[in-house]
Amino acid sequence: MKNKGTLKRILHYAGPYRSGLIWAMIFALLYVVLNLTAPILIGYAIDNAVGQDHVNFGELTQLLLMVGITVLSCSVFQWLMGLCINTVSYGTVRDMRKDIFRKFNTVPLKYIDGHPHGDLISRIINDVDAVGDGLLQGITQLFSGLVMILCTLGFMIFINVYIALVVVVITPLSMFVAAFITRLSQKQFREQSKTQGEISSYIEEYIGQQKVVKAFGYEERSQADFEKINARLLDCGKKAQFYSSLANPSTRFVNGIVTAAVCTVGSVSAINGTLSVGQIATFITYANQYTKPFNEVTGVIPQLQSALAGAARIFSLLDEENQLPDSENAIDMTHCKGKIDIDHVQFAYVPEKPLITNFNLHVNPGQKVAIVGPTGCGKTTLINLLMRFYDVNSGDIQIDDTSIYQVQRNSLRSLYGMVLQENWLYNASIRDNIAYGKPDATLDEVKQAAKDAFLDHFIERLPDKYDTIITEDGANLSQGQRQLMCIARVMLCDPPMLILDEATSSIDTRTEIKIQNAFNKMMNGRTSFIVAHRLSTIKEADMILVMKDGNIIEQGSHEELMKQQGFYSKLYHSQFAAS
Amino acid sequence: MFRLRRFLKNYKLQLTLGPVCKLIEAIFELFIPLITADIIDSGVKNGDVGYVLRQGGFMILLGALGLGFALVCQKSASVASQGFGTEVRNAMFRHINTFSHAELDKIGTPSLITRMTNDINQLQLAVAMLIRLVIRAPFLVVGAVIMAMCIDMRMSLIFLAASPLIALVLFVIMQKSVPFFKTIQKKLDTVSLISRENLSGNRVIRAFSKQEAEQARLEEQNNALSQTAIAAGRVSALLNPLTYVIAQAAIIGIVWLGAKFVNDGTLLQGQIIALVNYMTQILLAMIVVSNLVVIFTKASASAARVNEVFDTVPSVREKNTADIPIDDNAPAVAFKNVSFGYADNGYALKNISFALQKGETVGIIGGTGSGKSTLVNLIPRFYDTSDGEVFVSGANVKEYPFKQLRHQMGIVPQSAMLFAGTIQSNMLWGNPNASQDDIDKALKIAQAYEFVYQNPEGLQRPVTAGGKNLSGGQRQRLTIARALVAQPAILILDDSASALDFATDAALRKSLKEETQNMTVIMVSQRVGTVRYADKIIVLDKGELVGIGTHNDLFRTCSIYKEICLSQLKAEEVLNQ
Repeated sequence: MKNKGTLKRILHYAGPYRSGLIWAMIFALLYVVLNLTAPILIGYAIDNAVGQDHVNFGELTQLLLMVGITVLSCSVFQWLMGLCINTVSYGTVRDMRKDIFRKFNTVPLKYIDGHPHGDLISRIINDVDAVGDGLLQGITQLFSGLVMILCTLGFMIFINVYIALVVVVITPLSMFVAAFITRLSQKQFREQSKTQGEISSYIEEYIGQQKVVKAFGYEERSQADFEKINARLLDCGKKAQFYSSLANPSTRFVNGIVTAAVCTVGSVSAINGTLSVGQIATFITYANQYTKPFNEVTGVIPQLQSALAGAARIFSLLDEENQLPDSENAIDMTHCKGKIDIDHVQFAYVPEKPLITNFNLHVNPGQKVAIVGPTGCGKTTLINLLMRFYDVNSGDIQIDDTSIYQVQRNSLRSLYGMVLQENWLYNASIRDNIAYGKPDATLDEVKQAAKDAFLDHFIERLPDKYDTIITEDGANLSQGQRQLMCIARVMLCDPPMLILDEATSSIDTRTEIKIQNAFNKMMNGRTSFIVAHRLSTIKEADMILVMKDGNIIEQGSHEELMKQQGFYSKLYHSQFAAS
Repeated sequence: MFRLRRFLKNYKLQLTLGPVCKLIEAIFELFIPLITADIIDSGVKNGDVGYVLRQGGFMILLGALGLGFALVCQKSASVASQGFGTEVRNAMFRHINTFSHAELDKIGTPSLITRMTNDINQLQLAVAMLIRLVIRAPFLVVGAVIMAMCIDMRMSLIFLAASPLIALVLFVIMQKSVPFFKTIQKKLDTVSLISRENLSGNRVIRAFSKQEAEQARLEEQNNALSQTAIAAGRVSALLNPLTYVIAQAAIIGIVWLGAKFVNDGTLLQGQIIALVNYMTQILLAMIVVSNLVVIFTKASASAARVNEVFDTVPSVREKNTADIPIDDNAPAVAFKNVSFGYADNGYALKNISFALQKGETVGIIGGTGSGKSTLVNLIPRFYDTSDGEVFVSGANVKEYPFKQLRHQMGIVPQSAMLFAGTIQSNMLWGNPNASQDDIDKALKIAQAYEFVYQNPEGLQRPVTAGGKNLSGGQRQRLTIARALVAQPAILILDDSASALDFATDAALRKSLKEETQNMTVIMVSQRVGTVRYADKIIVLDKGELVGIGTHNDLFRTCSIYKEICLSQLKAEEVLNQ
């Protein structure tokens, strides 16, 4: 029942291409009928060549001419059918990809954060392909296969009921054999793909950590383990492959039986005069053709099933609720002084685990707020709330005394410049990356921003300078340079408020000083929130928020917090405790 | 591709038996149309029902025998191909185990994984097809033509004309469509890349309100993708109709000419039917051949990738396998004029010399790219120096067997990864015979004892691949404990405290100092706080050693060290009390 609903929705998706789909079906029908007519005509033609001096050339020529016309039009229809299916399936695939991608940027961030990205990518790539190949082409194959079976049956009965009966009785044997083989091999295939997965993760783990393997001299032990899994894979692989390879010879055997039966019964009927020799020829062709669509149809079904499963995954993503749209009278806030008031905010990612309860904070324009705490203390939560990546459960956040929930999301976000630790850059030139927030920036503006972020020397030394393409994993830039790129990107936009995330490690000191200077330059006169790791930054902040396990546990200036002798002072002392 | 045949040497029997059996089956299959013709021309013409039934029975017998032979072939194919794949995988894993870091860095782990899974699977399939179809399909084509010749030489001309024509159509269409498929794969990769970027950079994209621009960027690639796919489809859609038309045209020719010869009395009616059947067989076999070409094109690309791995020669090789004598009074680690460069990338280390005494705690500090990690990687001989020598316990590292050399040290790598199993199985890595006490002691030093035993499962707590079910800080402490369990003479911590908060970091350093008196500890770090109390600090800058000494000395004499200190500490906090 559920499958039926999914199928319906896919057909609905193919809606814009409905005429293509209908034409594909019509062409398929014509193709099948003509495809089956040709052997009959050839059979009649052969009947006109009985023996020496018994050839009716007039009728023969006419019949062969008809065969020619039939064959030509049949192949034209087959070709047209192919073209229609192509247009329908690739068009649908394109539309689905487009819609899924749009969904990525309209669902609440919670969804993106809560789902493995690999899984989402697999939906936009593999599942969509499965729908395109499996479903749309599968449906047509299923349709033409069924039509083929029905028509062949009809034509055979039309020629000779008895021989038709012989074929009808024997062919299910082939399906029975096929089903038996499938059952036999499926278990092995499951086992095989499980073991294959096991071996892949083993390889991933041990080759990925080859350095550790070497450091501990673990090579021989891991080789032995690997060979053990590999031997199991060999065992089930052999079985799976053998069982599944039985299908072809077995069907050939059944076909052989059908041919022999048709030939024998047909010949006996011919001797009795109830069948012509040409009709035996027709029957032999049909008998072969009749089993083929059965195999095709049974082959298409698993494909259809996996496509339906893929489609179900796609639709479950598309059915995700979008984030609430901005209210109609939401304000387009283009400037702000940078006064932030957070009042009685409560927030939880999951309702059972309240994270922030009654949080209050008042920041005057131009103040610096440092957020401090051990890794994983939930510093990003605050950023999520300020930028409205997530909405508060209750309470309010105001900018210049206007609730952020009355401001258009895009304009709210444009008030902040954000530099996060995971320095996101995309696969484009350095120039495009710096101008990301301001695509119409001139090259001079981009250069100025790069200069302000202490990047110009580095960029000028690259062979392609500002046109250097940043590779997918950003391997051609160091972590520090990536962060400087992100800083330049923000500097170009010149936002009134800032959210900065200091790097914890793996940035060299020189670059770190540059980043520090760049941060300081940016923060000048702007309300700033800094996720801080260095004590100098913390001590210079106007206000320090100490976070632990998602909660804000202490709040105040450095001196105030030291006096409290709480978590912050412990944290502070641990940095300088003699080791 | 043929170089990989060495892995088939254990399957010579299957490789001969399989194709031979398949060939016998094909011969039987080729006889069927002849028998059909005979039934019609002798049985039906003479009204001999008994003959018809006998011949019918004979057909079924041939079919059954054919099935038997085919099964033998399929069995051989599955044994040989899967066995081949298994041997290639084992050999490849063994070979990769000999690689030094230089080779691993060059090829890259994800690529090695694909080669070991997808590429070897592709080769396995090719071996199976080699046995099952490579002989059979062309043989059927040739056989059908020969049978046609046996029936009637004149008629075989039609076969000789039609077969190459079908082959030509297949060839041209495949040649046109294969490049399309490559382009499609590339464009699909782009779509996937943009999607991945949008997921990982979702916050940034929303922060800059770039959703629409990103959508446009995707749609451009997406449209290009579907256009290419449709263009490719247009070409492939021609395949079936064209080959069908050629084969049917040949059949029309057969019937037309055949009828003429029947009229002359030089051909029998049943023989026309047989010829028509042979034509159909040729068409089917040709399509199989075209599928084979696809499989083998892919397999040869896979073979090239697999061979590339086998051709990679490990740059670091073991000179001795027997243990060498070591000098207990020599420095634990000494570098003499060591330089090191990664492949044509300039020098990562230049002319470094120093000696670390047994039991010393040494800090190595410097920016990224200063060569810190490279330096410590030379000690266990993960790489060989380009110039100069590295000595451990007085002996050149090149003289050691790997096992003896690496057994002296415990290494804690930058990325804290564990292996699937339990905490205990991970702790036993360096020393499979370690006792419970050894493990507990290591856990205590590494500040991991508490959280391990807080969990009711304790050491038996399961660890998933990479240790993903533990937090970064927990993993890091366990990797430190793992190194300590083997009680190494030299402990190398490669920036291994980055995920620890300041308090834990300090406690760790304190207990390391107290509990490991005789151990030489080498700590690589970016944090001054981590190295400042070390007996000796080595300062690296752009691959050069710019200072060596104690914290207070270096602060006075080494400008780079001073700069690093001041970037992290306030002036009044700098000097050790």
